[in-house]
Amino acid sequence: MSETLPQEGGVMLPGGPGEAMSVEIRDRSLVTQEMNLNIGPQHPATHGVLRVVIDLDGEVIVRARPVIGYMHRGFEKLAEVRDYRQIIALVNRHDWISAFCNELGVALAVERLMELEVPTRAQWIRVLMGEWNRILNHLMFIGSFGLELGAITPVFFSFREREDIQAFLESATGGRLHFTYCRVGGLKEDLPRGFLDASRQMAQTMRSRNDEYRQLLLGNEIFHARTKGVGALAPDVAIDYGVTGPTLHATGVAEDTRLTEPYCVYDQLDVSVPVGTNGDSYDRFVVLLDRIDASLDLIEQVHEGLPGGPVNLKMPKTVKAPKGAVYVRTENPLGQGGYYLVSDGGKTPWRMRMRTPSFSNIQMVPELLEGSLLSDMIAILGSVYFVVGDVDR
Amino acid sequence: MATSVFALEPLWLALLLQALAAVLLFLIGALVVGYLEHKVLAHMQDRLGPMEAIWHGIGQLPADGLKFLQKEDIIPTAADRWVFALAPAVAVVPGVVIIAVLPFGPGLWLTDLDAGIFFALAASGVTVLGTLMAGWSSANKFSLMGGLRGAAQLISYELPLVLAAAAIVIQAGTLSLPGIVEAQHGFTLFGVPMIYGVPHIIGLGLFFVAALAELSRPPFDMPIADSELIAGHMTEYTGMRYAFFMLSEYAGMVILSALATVLFLGGWYPWPGVGLPEGAAGMVLGFVITFAKILVLSAIMVWLRATFPRMREDQLQRLSWSVLIPLGLLNVVLVATAKVWF
Repeated sequence: MSETLPQEGGVMLPGGPGEAMSVEIRDRSLVTQEMNLNIGPQHPATHGVLRVVIDLDGEVIVRARPVIGYMHRGFEKLAEVRDYRQIIALVNRHDWISAFCNELGVALAVERLMELEVPTRAQWIRVLMGEWNRILNHLMFIGSFGLELGAITPVFFSFREREDIQAFLESATGGRLHFTYCRVGGLKEDLPRGFLDASRQMAQTMRSRNDEYRQLLLGNEIFHARTKGVGALAPDVAIDYGVTGPTLHATGVAEDTRLTEPYCVYDQLDVSVPVGTNGDSYDRFVVLLDRIDASLDLIEQVHEGLPGGPVNLKMPKTVKAPKGAVYVRTENPLGQGGYYLVSDGGKTPWRMRMRTPSFSNIQMVPELLEGSLLSDMIAILGSVYFVVGDVDR
Repeated sequence: MATSVFALEPLWLALLLQALAAVLLFLIGALVVGYLEHKVLAHMQDRLGPMEAIWHGIGQLPADGLKFLQKEDIIPTAADRWVFALAPAVAVVPGVVIIAVLPFGPGLWLTDLDAGIFFALAASGVTVLGTLMAGWSSANKFSLMGGLRGAAQLISYELPLVLAAAAIVIQAGTLSLPGIVEAQHGFTLFGVPMIYGVPHIIGLGLFFVAALAELSRPPFDMPIADSELIAGHMTEYTGMRYAFFMLSEYAGMVILSALATVLFLGGWYPWPGVGLPEGAAGMVLGFVITFAKILVLSAIMVWLRATFPRMREDQLQRLSWSVLIPLGLLNVVLVATAKVWF
C-alpha cells in the first residue's frame, strides 16, 4: 500500500488498523487514495489460479494486470520426451474441459506430417465427439458465468446436463474428462452399441434444456443490467490481440477454422457460426448459448450421415513422424488452437508448440477491465472464456 | 385487547422467562428458516439438499453449529482485536431485541411498546454496525469494501422500509404492533374484510424489497458478494463468530418476515374478521398461523435467491433513490389522503 501513498494535495499516514489515521489535507479538495488490490491466485472469481493485480479508485479499476504462470506445468517440454501415443494422453490435460478437441489437434498434426488418410468413419466420429465436447465446455461456462453474477441455480442445471453427456461419452471412451479417445490414424475403438441412440436422445433433451437456460438468465432484468454494455470489445482490438472463439464471434467477426480451414469432414457439413453485434458480456453469453444449438445441428447431421467402415488405420508398433514441420489449426471450444509440430524423424517430437485460445483471450483482459467497476470485473472475467491451465500450459 | 402472557408476578420471573423466550425464539426461528432455505433451494436446483443428519437432514444445522463450536477461533494479527471480537455480537443482539416487541399470537409477545414498530425498525438498523465493525477491524481490503457496501446499502434502504411502515401506521393509527394487528382485524375495504396488504400493495412491495436489501439477501447481497469480495465483512471470521453472522442473517429473515406479517398480512388472524378461539387454543393456533405466514415470506426470499443474479452496487443505489423512495413518499401521500377521505 505504501507505494501509492504520496498523493498530491494531502498526506495520509495510516496507523495500524483500529488506530486513527492522521490525515492532513493541504488543499480542501477531496483526496481519494488509490487502493492496490490483489485478486487471486486464490479467489472465487477467477476459477483457477489466475491472479489479477488491480489498482482501485473507489470501486473503479484504474489499472489491471493479469499475472499468469501459477499453473505452468511445462506441457510443451513434456511432449518432447513422450512418443506420439503418450502425447495424446498429455494434451487433453492442459485445457481439461475441451479434452477431445485438444487430442484431435495433435492427432491431425501427426497424421498430416505422416501423410496418413484416416478412415471416413473415424473422421465423422471425431466431429461428433468434438461437438459434444464443445457443448460440455460451453455448459461449464454457462453455469459458472451465472454463478459469478450471483445466480446460483444455472450451475446446477448445466452440471446436470454435463453429467448426462459425460455418461454416454464414457461408454465410448472410458473417460469422463480426459477421454484419450483419439489415436494417430483413427480412434481408440468404434462406438459401442446404443451410443448413437443415447446421443440422439441427448441432442433432443439438450435443445429443450438450452431454452431453459435462456429463460432462466436472459429473461431476467438484472442479468441484462449486469451484462449489457459491460466489457464491450471492439472487433479490431480483438483481432489485434489474437482473440478467437466465442469471444471474437461476439464482436461480429465470424472467423471459425471449421469454415475457413476445414478439417475432418467439416467441409461436408453445414457449419453455422453464431455472431453477436456489440461484443459485450451479454453478447458473449448469448453466442455461447447459440453455439450449443449450432453444435447440436452438426451432431444431428453426423447422426444422419455417419458412414460404416473401419475407424483405424493399421499402424506400426512405433509411430515415427518423418522429418519436417507442420502447423495445424483447429477450432477448439474456446477459440483457435494451433499445433506446431517439428519432427527430426524420431518417435518423439523435436518441438511441439501449442497456441492456446485462453492465452490470447486473457492478454486482452486489461483492455476491458481498465475503467470498469469492480463488480463488472466479474462479469468480464466470467465472459472472456478462458481456462487457466490452457493459459499456462 | 389481550395482555402479554409474560405479564407475571414477581417481576424477576417475568424478566427471566422473557429473556429465555426471546433467545429460544431467535434460535428456533433461525434454525427453521435455515433448514427451509437448505431444502427449498436444493429442490429448486434439482438436488436433494441435506439428507443424512437424522430425517431428511433436519439435524444438519444443529450439527453445523456443533462443528462451528469446535473450530479454531482465529483473529488475524493485524486485526483490531476488540472490535473484531465484538462485531458478531453486535450483529446478533438487535435481532434478539426486536423479538421482544414482535407479536407471535394473541398475548404471545414479550412486551407491547407504544412505539413498537418504531423500536423494531430502529433496532434493525443497528445490525449494520456489526457489518461495519467487522469490515473495518478485519484488516482486509475485501472485508473493508464489504463493510462499506453494507453501510451504504443500509442507509439507502432504511428509508423505503420506514416509509412503507409509516403508511401502515397512518392507516392503523397506532405504532404498537399488537395494536396494528387488532386494527387490521377490524379493517374493511368497501365492506369486505381485507388485510392491509391489498390496498397497500405498493407498501408491501417496497417493504419486501427493502427488507431483502437490509438483510443483504440476493439479489442485494453485494456486501458479501462471494465472487467479488470472497465473503465481504465475514472473510476473516472463523468458527462460532462466523456462525453468529449466519445466525443473524437467518434470524433477520424471520424478524423482517414477522414484521411484514404484522403490518400487511393480518398478523395472527387467519383473515381480518375471522376470529380465534379464546384461551390456550387460540394462542397455539395464532402462533401456528403467524409462523406459517413467516415461512411463506421466507420461502419467497429463498425463491428469489434461486432465480436472481446479483445487482451491481450503483444499480442498487439508483433503484433505491430514484424508484423506491419516491414511490414510498407517494404511497404515504396516497394513504394519508385516502385516510382523510373515507
